[in-house]
Amino acid sequence: MGSHSDGTPHQSGTVATTGTTAMERFPDPGLPPHSPRLTDVDSSAAKRAERQVVLLFVLSIVGSVLFFVGYFGIRVDGPIYDVTNTEPTRALQLQNLLLGLGVALGMFGIGLGIVHWARTLMPDHELVENRHAVRTEEQRAEAQSILTTIYDESGIKRRPLLRNTLIGAAVLAPLPFVGLLRDLGPTNLDVLKETLWDEGIRLVRDPSGTPIKASDVTLGSTFHVVPENLNTIGHNEGYLDEKAKAVVLLMRLAPETVNVSPEKADWNVDGIFAYSKVCTHVGCPVALYEQQTHHLLCPCHQSTFDLANECEVIFGPAARPLPQLPITVDDEGYLVARSDFQEPVGPTYSQRGTHVEEMQGEAN
Amino acid sequence: MKALSQQRRHPLAVLVLMVLALLLSGGLYAVATTTNEAKAQTESYTAQDIEEGEKLFVANCSTCHGLDGAGTPSGPSLVGVGAAAVDFQVGTGRMPMQANGPQAQKKAVQFNDEQVRQFAAYVATFGPGPGVPEEQYLDVTQGNAANGAKVFLANCAMCHNAAGAGGALTRGKYAPSVMDVEEKHIYEAMQTGPQNMPVFNDANITPEEKRDVITYLKTLEDNPNPGGFGLGALGPVSEGLFVWTIGLAVIIGFTVWLTSRSA
Repeated sequence: MGSHSDGTPHQSGTVATTGTTAMERFPDPGLPPHSPRLTDVDSSAAKRAERQVVLLFVLSIVGSVLFFVGYFGIRVDGPIYDVTNTEPTRALQLQNLLLGLGVALGMFGIGLGIVHWARTLMPDHELVENRHAVRTEEQRAEAQSILTTIYDESGIKRRPLLRNTLIGAAVLAPLPFVGLLRDLGPTNLDVLKETLWDEGIRLVRDPSGTPIKASDVTLGSTFHVVPENLNTIGHNEGYLDEKAKAVVLLMRLAPETVNVSPEKADWNVDGIFAYSKVCTHVGCPVALYEQQTHHLLCPCHQSTFDLANECEVIFGPAARPLPQLPITVDDEGYLVARSDFQEPVGPTYSQRGTHVEEMQGEAN
Repeated sequence: MKALSQQRRHPLAVLVLMVLALLLSGGLYAVATTTNEAKAQTESYTAQDIEEGEKLFVANCSTCHGLDGAGTPSGPSLVGVGAAAVDFQVGTGRMPMQANGPQAQKKAVQFNDEQVRQFAAYVATFGPGPGVPEEQYLDVTQGNAANGAKVFLANCAMCHNAAGAGGALTRGKYAPSVMDVEEKHIYEAMQTGPQNMPVFNDANITPEEKRDVITYLKTLEDNPNPGGFGLGALGPVSEGLFVWTIGLAVIIGFTVWLTSRSA
């Protein structure tokens, strides 16, 4: 340790000097000469810096007071986001502003003030703190003897039952968390295999629930579709879970612009295609439809599906095409499903492979 | 006047001059374009409208869309697009197109309402298509904002953002903001599906539901902001950009200040 306010370079002593010759070691460059700050030599500058620090602290106090003015002084009476009476939202706006500004100024002023204080007014002499001496053999031996004492005094060797029950407790204690983690996912993975769609289920509009005639779907238009039987399910009976699996996007394309594989030749109605709206990457709703390019874009990670080629992935992280829902028209001219999806919808999960095989077996 | 001329070398003089020049040109422009605010008329086209429309069409549109409106390699066919599409494209300034690009941009309207009407009258003769919407379906006092919200969230929000702020599509295309858009233009966009937007015909979203959507959007515009920086209501894109540029710059600035030697 040494003070260098005298401004002379100094041998810091951090370089070992024993056991080496002059050729093998670098000379210690020491520290650069110390130059005093303006506040060290000019008392009016010091006074000014002091005032600045005080100002910053006062700013912090004002900020904290603003917070309490906002917190206790402003009442938000009535519902917010009410367009007929915007008064509560305006009050909330002012309150949010005061809370945010108050906390920001409170913290900012105090932090800035302390740094400014340290930089301008506190002593700025350089210090060298030497490294502690390396541990000695005696200290090592002492630590070892402490451990041995603990081992002996705890009696683990003499009382094996104590040791064994401790091991048992330590093994069992984390197990509840395994159960809790397991509960985060569905316990019955078969629910991912089936949706509400089935043979003869009508395609209806979301949200109005009205059925769709094939003639309603003009070129370039898109319909957001749910199965008709969804509306018989109450909100407490898993409505949202079922809707999340069954949502479908319906689009009409000029038949000559689309490539259809032979086994799916009768899955569309005169160029009207129905695809699952659940992205095969992580399950966001893929519904950004560009009618001129026939691209479907997922807003989450930009996976892009090409409708003209059975929704194959042309960009982004999705690994599989969107599952197609086979559709036809009933005798009244309304669009209906031919069957459920013939592969699981949505992102990959542990049993997807076996589900694909089962569903293909059922379809054949 | 002498005092003013003495200030001419002041560092702020250039700024003041620029502000004055901008105000002057803006004012002149506003005066010059008031002719655009001609009264809107109901949809009944006379033979003269069609005749005038044809002249305008030949002069302004036929280069890309062809003299008969059947399209050329540079522009699509206008047969069957209807008066609604023309009213939307020309009425929002998207057509005539300013430059080639991923999509036609909204810009200052190039024609007054009377001329837009004449365009629409002529293009409507190419083939049957949706007409300009009736006033009753644009009256937001009759609409149901709650139902409009449902329809908007199911059909529109994925591209245009739940707050109506718009969003990005593929390869430079984007869904524009639907805030501060005229009622009839919102209706016509749904009806005709301009550019890459899908068509939402009356069988899909009924005229009453379209009115509900417009009512919802107009309600959103009036929705007061409960505080905080909106940053365009674009969500994680603009918020992330803000944090990674402004936020990081502030942190780096503080680090430099903390470790610098004070004078």
